[in-house]
Parts: sequence; C-alpha cells; structure tokens
Amino acid sequence: MSDFEPNIVAFLCNWCAYAGADLAGTSRLIYPANVKPIRVMCSGRVDPVFVLEALKKGADGVLIAGCHPGDCHYQSGNYKANRRVILLKELLQQLNINPRRVRFEYVSASEGQKFANVVKEFVEEIKEIGPNPLRGEQ
Amino acid sequence: MDRIGVFVCHCGVNIAATVDVDEVVDFAGKLDGVVVSKSYKYMCSDNGANLIKESIKKFKLDGVVVASCSPQMHEHTFRRVVEEAGLNPFVLEIANIREQCSWVHPDRKEATEKAKLLVKGAVAKVRLLEPLVREKVKVTPKALVVGGGIAGIQASLDLSEKGFHVYLVEKEPSIGGRMAQLDKTFPTLDCASCILTPKMMDVKNHPNIELFAYSEVVSVDGSIGNYRVKVVRKPRYVDFDKCTGCGDCVNVCRMKGKVPDEFNMNLGKRGAVYIPFPQAIPLKATIDPEQCLFLRYGKCGRSPACQDVCEAEAIDFTQKEELVEFEVGVIVVATGYDLLDPSALYEYGYSRYKDVITTLELERLISSSGPTGGEIVCPSDQRKPGSVTFVLCVGSRDETVCTWCCRVGCMTALKQAYLLREHLGDDVEINICYTDIRSFGKRYEEFYRRIRGVKTNFFRGRPSEVKEKKDGLTIDVFDTMTNKLFEIKTDLVVLVPAVVPRNDSSDLGKILHVSRGADGFFLEAHPKLKPMDTFTDGIFIAGCCQGPKDIQDSVAQASGAASRAANILSKEELEAEPLIAFVDEDFCSGCATCVSVCSFNAIELMKKEDNKYVARVVEALCKGCGSCVAACPSGAMQQKGFKDDQILAVVDVLGGEA
Repeated sequence: MSDFEPNIVAFLCNWCAYAGADLAGTSRLIYPANVKPIRVMCSGRVDPVFVLEALKKGADGVLIAGCHPGDCHYQSGNYKANRRVILLKELLQQLNINPRRVRFEYVSASEGQKFANVVKEFVEEIKEIGPNPLRGEQ
Repeated sequence: MDRIGVFVCHCGVNIAATVDVDEVVDFAGKLDGVVVSKSYKYMCSDNGANLIKESIKKFKLDGVVVASCSPQMHEHTFRRVVEEAGLNPFVLEIANIREQCSWVHPDRKEATEKAKLLVKGAVAKVRLLEPLVREKVKVTPKALVVGGGIAGIQASLDLSEKGFHVYLVEKEPSIGGRMAQLDKTFPTLDCASCILTPKMMDVKNHPNIELFAYSEVVSVDGSIGNYRVKVVRKPRYVDFDKCTGCGDCVNVCRMKGKVPDEFNMNLGKRGAVYIPFPQAIPLKATIDPEQCLFLRYGKCGRSPACQDVCEAEAIDFTQKEELVEFEVGVIVVATGYDLLDPSALYEYGYSRYKDVITTLELERLISSSGPTGGEIVCPSDQRKPGSVTFVLCVGSRDETVCTWCCRVGCMTALKQAYLLREHLGDDVEINICYTDIRSFGKRYEEFYRRIRGVKTNFFRGRPSEVKEKKDGLTIDVFDTMTNKLFEIKTDLVVLVPAVVPRNDSSDLGKILHVSRGADGFFLEAHPKLKPMDTFTDGIFIAGCCQGPKDIQDSVAQASGAASRAANILSKEELEAEPLIAFVDEDFCSGCATCVSVCSFNAIELMKKEDNKYVARVVEALCKGCGSCVAACPSGAMQQKGFKDDQILAVVDVLGGEA
C-alpha cells in the first residue's frame, strides 16, 4: 500500500479557501501534489452530485473548503456546504463508501499554512483508508 | 467550443523551473477541441498578449485556456486580451499552474503531471462555456466612511473635495480618534491637536460631509456601486440642534469627577454629562446613560442639575435610538486600533502597580488638556518622578502574544523621552529597555540620534519582571550589549503595548463581509499592489484597521483609499459581474427551495399564464454564490460560468485520473 498515491479533488471557494491556497503558493509552502483544485465562487455552490461524481470517477477523496463561520462572502454559503456534507456522509455510509473520503474544512484567505496542513493530513488519512473501490470501474 | 487555444506561461522560471512547459504544451495540443497550443516566457507581457490575440485570429479560436498564475492575479488581464481579439471575455478559463502547482510541488514530474491535468480540466470546461454579457448598474455617487480618526477624516475630506457626498460614521461622541489623545507627534514634535483640529473643523464645515458621531453601522447590504447602509444614532439625551457646547451642564453634573474618563485613559474623572475634550467635533454634550442618576434611577436631586442650568433647554431624557438608512456606492473603513491591555503580561505588573502605565496614559499626563493639566506625576502619589523607564515591545514581536511589530512603539518612546526631558528638566533619569530601535521612517533615524544625545540610558533587552518595593519599582533587565544583568530602580514604568485590532473589528468585518487576517486586522486584497482594497469590491481600508501604522502612513493610505474609491464613484455606471444565477423555466417546478436558500432575497416566484409557478432571479440582487443552484432538485437553476455541466466536466477530468 505504500506506493498508493491518492487522487483528491478539492472544491475551493473563491474568496477564502482558493485565496488561502494561493497564499500557500506565494509563501512556497510545500504540500502533496495529490490535490487537484476546482474553483467555485462559494462552497455553497458545491452540489453533492459533484462530490458523488468525483467518487464515481475514482477520486479517492474530496475536499470542500470554504470561509470560516461568519466570514462567508455570501453570508451563509459555507454553512450550507457544511450541512450538505454532513448529510452526504450519511448517504455515503449507506452506499458503503467510507464517509472519511469527504472532508469539509474552513480555510481563510490568510491561512496558507492551514491549507497546506489540511492537504497533508487529508492525503495521509486517505492513504490509510486505501484506494477508492470504485476506481477503474469506469 | 471546439476551436480552443491553450497558452502556457513560463512565468520566467516561476513555472518553468518545476513544470515541464513543453510537455504541457504537447499534451494540451492533443486534447479534444484544442487547435493550437503554445508557450511563452511571460504570457502577461505585451508580446504574450499579442501571441494570444494573433492566434485567436489566425486559428479562428472560440475558446481560450491560459495556464499561468492564479486567476486572482491575471484573469481580468486575459479577459481583456481575449475581448480585444474579438471574442467574448467569458470564453476564457485560467489553469492555475503557479500558486497551486509549480510553487508548492518541487518534484518536476509531479508538478508537470498536475499541470497537465489542470489544463485538461480547463479545456473540458471551456468546451462548455458560453458567451456572457455584463449588465450595467448605476453608481450611487456617495461614500460611507467608517471611523472618524485621522484616516477616516482624511478619506472623508479627500472624497468630499472631489465632489462626492460623504457619510462619516464615528462611534464615539467626537471625531479625532487616537490622534486627538496625543500631545505631540514624532519626529517633528508637531502638536497633535494643532494639526488635527483644523482638519476636524473642515469635516464639520464641509457641505459634502454628513457627520454621524456617536453612531454605529449596524448593517450593510448590496454591492459595489449600490450599498444600502443602516446606521444607529445613539441617544445623547441632549438635543443636537439646541446644544451650544457651552459646557454649563458638565460643570454642574452631580456625578462630576466620579466617572473614569476614557478619553484620558481613565486617569481623570468626568461627570455623567460630558464633552470628551475641548476641541471635540461636534462640540455637543453627551449624557452617559450608564452613569446618569436620572436615567438610571429616574431621580437626580430635586431635579437634574444639567436641565436646570441649560439655557438652551437642550437636555432631553426622552431621546431614543434612531435608525438612519442611506445608499452609497463605496465604503472606506478606517476604524483604527486598540492597544493591547498589558495585564496580559502579568510580569510587568500593569493594573497591579499604579505607577506602571502605558504610553497613551503618559501621553494624557503630558498633555496640557489632560487630567493633570500637563503635570507629569506618578499616579500613585502625585509626585514628580525622579526616574522614568520605558519598556518597549510589550506583547509585540512576541510569539505568545502578538507576533507583529507595532511600528510606532520605538518612536513613541523616543518622543516621550524628549518631552519628559523638556518638562522635567535634567534631573529626571530616563531609561529605555528596547529590543531593537526601529526608526525606519523619514527623519526617524535623525530623531533617534537626537534623543541619544539627551542623556537617555538604553538597555538592549526585554525586562523579565517589574517588582514593587518599598521605595519604588525595580526592573530586572539583561542587557545583551554588555552581557550584564541590571536592576533598574525607577519611579514610573511606561509600557509600550502592542497595537491590536479594535475589539469590535470581528463584528464589523461580518457586517461588511470584509475578511480579516490571522492577526485580526482587516485583510487587504493584495499586500503589495492592492493595499487599500479588500476582497469585497467597493470596500476599502485605511489606517490602523489594516495593520499598525504611524500617522503619516495612515494619512497616505487614507488618501489612497479615497482615490481608489473615487475611481468608482466617478463612473456613472459599472459593469456587473455576469456570473449570476438563472432559471431554465422548462425544468422549474416552482418548489421554491431556491427562494429559501438565497441569502439576498434575489429569487422570487412568478405565476405563469397556466397558473403554475416558476422561480425568477432578480439579477440586480443576485451576488452569484450559486447556493440556489446546488439546492435546486431539478437542475432548473444554473449559474452562468459555473453551470452544473461545466463544473462536472472538470470533476470528470480531475476525478478520473489517478
């Protein structure tokens, strides 16, 4: 299992998490290349279908990152995203997919270090869980 | 789109050093729908832009992918380039292969593979993109300035001079802010109020400035060009129009001399009715409802003395909070700073020992309008100090408290050392315990040299403890210049506390939707190139609410913020971002899920001819978050530029590759 390199799709909100990931870049904070970012204007835009689609296509993990509570550029999109993720995890359990494959995080525009840490941790966690059983079924 | 051009930027070596650009170009050239794939050293340069433009024409491109730095940097640049070549600016997608790839993944193979994948995702999205039209919105040519310190004053004056109406909101009874509390300013030793009060008067007299003192912003809606603002005007219990500011009420108040005076850093006492300082603008009395006997108990002697003495009959105990609403096009936030409460550093004894004070407290003691009339005395026994010791970096540059430098502490201490020498003569001993003297500003170093010449003892080290002994205070400090431990006996200890965000900056940040950094100060959109902008379009920051600053930097930033704001106000119309939600009525069942999800009341239900309901997006109100799109059970609600199929196309690419 040691050579397993997970593929992680990350939905990042434009105002906080994406800017935080950019800051990690300008600060040259090294983190694993396993994470593949997708920019959305708000984490509230992340339809659970996107997450399921990513898993169906074989992604080993999906990260959704938005603004901290109270800091959402659109007032409350981050709460909606968080609630959807909680519900989605219930559903994943019923589908026999480890809910830990989906993770929601608050990352602000100034938290480059946190973004790098979140990615590192999540990659380690997914390595522990192992490859997505749906991988290669397409 | 099936005639897509991919343009990969080397960014000098920023991208090319870790990403094999040629490999990415080759890979992109073979993707479905891509007809041309090129690289250039600096795609954002004129040559790079021309390369894109020429390719668009030569290959009749209908979509463009630029693989470069973050879209936050250059998306607007490339949108313009694409537009200049005759394409719709929204058939462009940026693949961020610098901030989120080459700069964070040092392994060349990994970084190249990821870059290829990001480009492939971007191409997949561009294939499904559609041309979008920017709607025009009218601009309200008015500004809101929050905070009436020197930064807010400067921004208000600049904007009003340019001919725009300014609402200046200050939460205290008077404008002036921290600068009004200072006696002299470094390095010129200008009298603070002498240079501040003319500006305060200008604010009062300028026909374009509407001042809301003793008021607070409670809500802000809308977006750039049109913000709807609600301000609460707190009751002064004094009729604003009738009060002449004569101060008769202040003199007769039964609480006179009993209430800690916040303007004097609680060193002096005021009454329940007060005027914070002689030059206050507006010069009106204010009754403190927490302290006023009549407002607290319904009784003040036989009748309230203030009411008896006021010839203008201005005292009005029935006043209520007043809610005022107005619209503005831009907002400048200039809410300033707090000083760290030094009690956080127990070892320095602040609040335990009366003769341990802060620089701002000493400033009030030095000021001739201060609680002692300019007599510098030890608070414990009112005697003149024979020795004064400054402790710099109290909480600043300290990983356990505030990591940052306060940027004014060294110069403040040097200035105060000079003033002490001036007021107390040669007899007073002055010690300064410092970490580094940071005299970085214009003429600061010269000022520092001048102070070194007036018999001041410098100890390079942070004191470990301030102790109170029978005959005064002692400070233990290890001087790292001489490698010796000193015990300084002194009468008055002056702490130079860290500069921290205002305690209500979190609440205000939420009202304005302005982000704050990890330090709690408001976050600028770019630390170098957009130091006055925030991530929220049309909202600017100036002065210490953005980070510690001296007066000259605050004023410069305030003028800069005003100028940035005026750029917007001087336009009659703005082009709105078109990335908003829309409804495909054929799929909409009228379930109204989207209506309940929208935070901006931007969706309404509309009755169709066949009596069925469908959702409709009010474009002027939609901010383009896409929450309603994610909530829509039928896929009828979509977001322009972020439609389900457009995002799913990227998901399929990024999710499908191992």
